[in-house]
Parts: sequence; C-alpha cells; structure tokens
Amino acid sequence: MTLLVAETLGIHFGGVQAVDDVSFAVETGRIFSIIGPNGAGKTTLFNLISGIYRPNTGRILLAGEDVTGLPPHRLAAKGIARTFQNLQVFYGMTVIENVMVGRHLREERRLVPAMLGLPSVTRQNRATRKKAHEILAFVGLDERIDEPAGALSYGDLRRLEIGRALALEPKLLLLDEPAAGCNPVETAELIGLVRNIAEQGVTIVLVEHDMRFVMQISDRVLVLDGGRMLAEGSPEAVRQNPEVVAAYLGRHGAREAGYARG
Amino acid sequence: MRALLSSRWTTLGLLCLVIAALPLVFPSGYYYRVAALVWISAIAAVGLNIFMGYAGQVSLGHAGFFGIGAYAVAIGPARFGLNSWLCIFLGVFLSAALAWLVGRPILRLRGHYLAIATLGLGFLIALVLANEARWTGGPDGTAVPRLTIAGARLMEPVTWYWISGGLLTLGTALALNLENSAVGRALRALHDSEIAAALAGIDVARHKLRAFVIAAVYASLAGSALALFDGFITPDAAGFLRSIELVAMVVVGGIGSTAGSIVGAGLLVTLPQILAVFVEYEQIALGLIIMVVMIFLRRGIVPSARRLIVRRAP
Repeated sequence: MTLLVAETLGIHFGGVQAVDDVSFAVETGRIFSIIGPNGAGKTTLFNLISGIYRPNTGRILLAGEDVTGLPPHRLAAKGIARTFQNLQVFYGMTVIENVMVGRHLREERRLVPAMLGLPSVTRQNRATRKKAHEILAFVGLDERIDEPAGALSYGDLRRLEIGRALALEPKLLLLDEPAAGCNPVETAELIGLVRNIAEQGVTIVLVEHDMRFVMQISDRVLVLDGGRMLAEGSPEAVRQNPEVVAAYLGRHGAREAGYARG
Repeated sequence: MRALLSSRWTTLGLLCLVIAALPLVFPSGYYYRVAALVWISAIAAVGLNIFMGYAGQVSLGHAGFFGIGAYAVAIGPARFGLNSWLCIFLGVFLSAALAWLVGRPILRLRGHYLAIATLGLGFLIALVLANEARWTGGPDGTAVPRLTIAGARLMEPVTWYWISGGLLTLGTALALNLENSAVGRALRALHDSEIAAALAGIDVARHKLRAFVIAAVYASLAGSALALFDGFITPDAAGFLRSIELVAMVVVGGIGSTAGSIVGAGLLVTLPQILAVFVEYEQIALGLIIMVVMIFLRRGIVPSARRLIVRRAP
C-alpha cells in the first residue's frame, strides 16, 4: 500500500526554484531516503512534506488524502512526525517531559480540568509518563529520564528527538539527517533503531549525507540535484546511475569512476 | 532532593506557612497593609509568569488589564449601581475578552515586535482611563466603593491580608496544576521551539492565546483587589511603570518559576518601603539591587537558590 505520494511538488523563494517538479511515492513500512549534494533542496522538500512551507505547485497525499498546505500541527494529527537536522529539543524541560510533549494529541487538553488538577488529569499525567518511559526505553535513553534535556550528549539528543516523534505514534516519520554529528558507534546503533521502527510498520523518509548509512538502510533512494529529481530507485540502481555519480563527483570524477568500473 | 524542591506541594505548603506565620512577627498593623500589597502584586505576577515564564512570550502592557479590573469595581458600583462582587467578574470578563480579541492578531508577532505591540495596548488602556474623566475621574483618580459581606464593609488591612493571601494561594495552586498538565507542557514546549511544538501536534497560536487570556484574568483580579483594598484608584495603576514592575517581579524572582514570581513581588513591593530611609536615593538603590540580583543570580532568585541547594545536597 502507498502511504505518501508527492505529485509535481515545487516551491520557489524569490527567483530561486528550491524544489522543482518532484514526484515520488513511498510504500507503507518502507525506508525511503532522499540524498543529494548540499543545496539540492532536501531539507526544503522535508519542510514541504511536514507543512512548514506551502508548495507553489503540486500536491501531497497521505494515505490517499490530500494534505497539501495543512499547518504542521494538523499534519501531526494526521500522523506525520519529524526530527530536525539542527536539533529542536525543549531544553527547558526534562528528558521524559520532552517525550511527554509528543503525546500532546493523545491527551485531554481542556484548560479548566488542567488548572483544577482534577484526578483525571493526574491519572492522565501518570499514563503519559509511563508511555514516555516505554518509548525512552525503546530508543535506549531510559536511564536519565528526569535530568534536564541539556545534560544529554549530542547523539543522545538525536535519539531523544526520535523518541519525541515516536510518542506521536506516527504513520510517517521524517528524519532530517539523523546521523549528522554522530560517531561511527552511534551511527551503527542508529541504523538498528531506524530498522526497528520500520519493522513496527512506521514508514520512514529520511534525508542523509552519510552514504554508507543510506545504502545500508534504504529500500528506495531519491536523488535530488539543484531542486530537481535526478534519479529514484533501489540503492543499488542509484549507486550505478551515471548521472548520480556525476552529480556527486563532478563530470571529470564520473569519467574516472567509469574507468574504475571498467 | 531535586524532586522535593520541584514538587508543587513544596511551593504551596511553604506559601501557606508563610501566609499563616507572618502575622506572628508583625510589630504593627501597618505590616498587614504592606503584606497585602505583596500578595496582590504576586497574584498578577503569578499570572504574568504563565505567559512569560511558561510560554516564553513578553507583555509590556500587562498593567492595562490590572487597570481594567481596578476600574471595573470603581465605575460599576458608583456609576451604574452594580454589585461590587458582580463587577469583579465583569472586569475579569472584559479583560479576558480584550486579551482574546487583541491577542489573536498581536500574538503572531515575536520577541521585540510582540513587546512593542503589548506596550501599545498598555498605553492605550492607561490613556483611556486618564482621558475619559467623565467615567473614570481622570488623572486624579476615583474613589472605589468598599466591598461588603453580609453588611460588613471590608476595609481593614488585616481582613485584606487574609483575602489576598487566600486568593494568591488559590492562584498559585491553579498555576502549578497548569504547569504539570498537557496544556502546561505545550506552553513550555513552544517556549523552547515553536516549530518542534507545532510538529508535536500543538496548536501554537491557540496555546499562546490561552496563556495571554489567563494572564489577563489574573491581572484583572489583582487590580480589582487593589482597588477594593485601597478604596481609591488612579490611572497610574494601569501605567507603563506598573507594567515594567510586573515584568521585573517575574524576571527577578526567576522566570518560569511560580514561587519566583511571588518572591519577586515580595522584593519589589517591600524594597521601596525599606529603602525609604535613603529618601531621594530610594530609586537608585532599588535599581542597583535589581541589577546586582540579575548579575549574580542570572536565572532569578528562586531557580538560582534551587540549583545551589541541589548542588550542595549529597
């Protein structure tokens, strides 16, 4: 089944066409990667899918429903969660509270019961905390749950963001450069974590620079260059696509690479 | 230790203890008056802290809502013959409605722009109160009919000490409950990252507006209490300096900390009384003390003290 469809997406900022005529489809439960050189429009494409930007052209379908132009909090309610390349952690809160925020949509949000501190609110807090604890255990962060989020290492903050996104129980999880700034050990652990999430039926779309990461983990890969689609296919097919090689290594490099392959 | 210090029951228990025990050390009746003024200011500060401390927004015109509450209990009974109790609620309703109406457009603004917009709102309210002399008595102010319960007029500082202390306890309990709820977490989340909050499903605009309206309600109630306590009110109560004073209470005490807002109110209300011995240098001394506090206790008094205790504890 197809979960996410992008149809002829495009957006421009002033005279710059940041994303131009990009179309793709992602099957449920698969890991779909978007790669490309710096400035290729990867993060812009992510911002379109997560509702931060409205596309100038094209549409986005989630499970067959047109969700183009919905604001981020409505998209969250439809089941889209994401993490950020430059971390967006709630530093004023504890580790577990960060994940509890991710449960917002599953919680009673009326003002008066909250201010009166009714027993139902206390019960709900307890349930939310328990669920958040489970999620933290799943992402491997259940030891320092009551410390300020800022006390965590960089790699752990990346996990925390993934945990917060999972708390939403999303259908679609967008990971913006999850391995950026992580050391090889952290990256290896991350690959295991992302696979685990996909195995639970969550569809994953990720943007990543680390090629080994992408090639190991992806079911399909989309290559962007200058805002346009260069190629889309299995990791193997994309790796051997001469245009992709050219975009990454330059024309000269592509010729050299061609010789190397014989 | 950390859990004990951050528990809402600790804050609430300490507050009740202080309110109950203070009269034991008061040398004269005058102290009831000062303490009642502290509690009343603290009510407004605790409310403003929900908007500034939890949600991380800024309002430089908050005394405007204080003024609306104060003038509601002055104008309503005197000009329209309305019951004072009813007028307290009318003031609250008016403040909430104004905050909701004005908040929808201006809460789209951020940082300095929001500060200027709220500043304008405060000026506007103070200007109306000063200029509509026919209703408000103009810059000279107006008398406020006293509140009565079962025929007894409430005007003794001792009475108001307990009324305002009780109101503050209630307001503090509500604020602390809010902090530990889905709504409170949403406010604190959008404080740190609006974009991440929105992607966690939080309706950022709606929650900012909620915090603004709640803060306006607290300020309005405090304003009504002050007017009824003093029996007289001037437009200064809604003025720019009052707004800045409220912000200073929240920041000096520790932004985001409800206990801090109360401590900040205590400091900013009592210091001028204590510093009165310096006569004309009073304002300079007050300014200096605030600067020193902010330099050495950057997070504000209560959060800094809490950190110190947690670090010292084994």
